[in-house]
Amino acid sequence: MTVHNLYIFDRNGACLHYSEWNRKKQAGISKEEEFKLMYGMLFSIRSFVSKMSPLDMKDGFLSFQTSRYKLHYYETPTGVKVVMNTDLGVPNCRDVLHQIYSTLYVEYIVKNPLCPLGESLRSELFNSRLDSFIKALPFFSARAG
Amino acid sequence: MAIFSVYVVNKAGGLIYQYDNYVPRAEVEKTFSFPLDLVLKIHDEKVVVSFGQRDGIRVGHAVLSINGVDVNGKYTAEGKEIIEYLKDATNYPVSIRFGRARLTSNEKLMLASMFHSLFAIGSQLSPETGSSGIEMLETDSFKLHCFQTLTGIKFIVLADPRQAGIDALLRKMYEIYSDFALKNPFYSLEMPIRCELFDQNLKSALEIAEKAGTFGPGS
Repeated sequence: MTVHNLYIFDRNGACLHYSEWNRKKQAGISKEEEFKLMYGMLFSIRSFVSKMSPLDMKDGFLSFQTSRYKLHYYETPTGVKVVMNTDLGVPNCRDVLHQIYSTLYVEYIVKNPLCPLGESLRSELFNSRLDSFIKALPFFSARAG
Repeated sequence: MAIFSVYVVNKAGGLIYQYDNYVPRAEVEKTFSFPLDLVLKIHDEKVVVSFGQRDGIRVGHAVLSINGVDVNGKYTAEGKEIIEYLKDATNYPVSIRFGRARLTSNEKLMLASMFHSLFAIGSQLSPETGSSGIEMLETDSFKLHCFQTLTGIKFIVLADPRQAGIDALLRKMYEIYSDFALKNPFYSLEMPIRCELFDQNLKSALEIAEKAGTFGPGS
C-alpha cells in the first residue's frame, strides 16, 4: 500500500500543486507537459464519462485503475480538482481527497491573503501540512502491505 | 444489476462492434405554459436543458418530443427550429418530453477512439513501471471494464457498479471473437464485425453474465 503522487488543478487547468512520495517511473517529459497531459486526460475523461453514462450522474468520474496503479479523482463545485495516485489496494478515498481540499487547501491557501489563487502554490506551511497529512494516512507506508 | 453496453475497439482505435444490451429509460413528459421556466440551448444539433432542474428534468436532458411528436435534432417534426417554436406564446400550452439523448453511431465511434487515447495516456502517466492502460474506470452510475488482448484489440463493457463477473465476461467475449469473427472466412481483419454467430453468442454470454455473474470452468 502506498501513495505515489498528488496533483491539484484549478478550474482553468493550471497545476496549483504537485508532490510525489513513492514514484518509481517518471513520464519522460517535462513536468509542465506532464501537468498539461494529466489535465487533458482528466478533462477528456469527464466529457467521455458524461456522454457514456446511461443514467444521470451525481458525482461523475471517481477513479480508474490500470494493472499497476489507481487514480483517485475529486472535484469541487468551484472546479478545484484533487488527483491522487496510489497502488491498487487502496479503497475509495473520496473523503481523504475532500479532507485535503477542506482542511488544507481552504485553510492554508484560500484563507491566506498572500497566496494568489490560480497560480502554483508557494506556501511552505501548506506543503509541510500536506506532507505530514499524506504520511499519516493508514495506507501510506511504502511496500508494507 | 445490469450490463449496459459492449464495445470492441481495434488496435487503431476504430470501433468495430457495439451493442447496447440494456438502456435504462428515464424520460419525463410535462406540460408547460408561457414563458418556459427552463433555459434551453443548442448543443451538438440537439436542444438540451442548460439551466433549471425540476420534476425529474435534469441539466443535460434533451428535448425528445413536443406534443407527443418526436423531434428531429434541433427541429420539430414540421421542420421548424425548436427554440423559435418555443419562443412563440401562441404555441402554448405545450407538452415536452425530456430524457438523456441517445448516442448516435458517429458519437460512439468518437467515444471509442477517445477511450483508445485515454487508455494510452493512462499508461504513460503511470507512477509505476510496466503499467497497462485503463482497466477499470469507475463513476457513481456505471463502471467501465476494459480488456486489451496481446494483439491490441480492446473489449469494453459498461456495467452497473455492483455487477460481478465482468472479468470472466471479457475473456469469454475474446473467446467468442476468436471463434466466430476470426474463423469466419468473410471477415476482414480490423473491419466492423458483422457476423450473425458472433452476435448470437455474445448476447447469450451477456445473459449468462447478468444472471449468474460468473462463468463455470470451461464454459
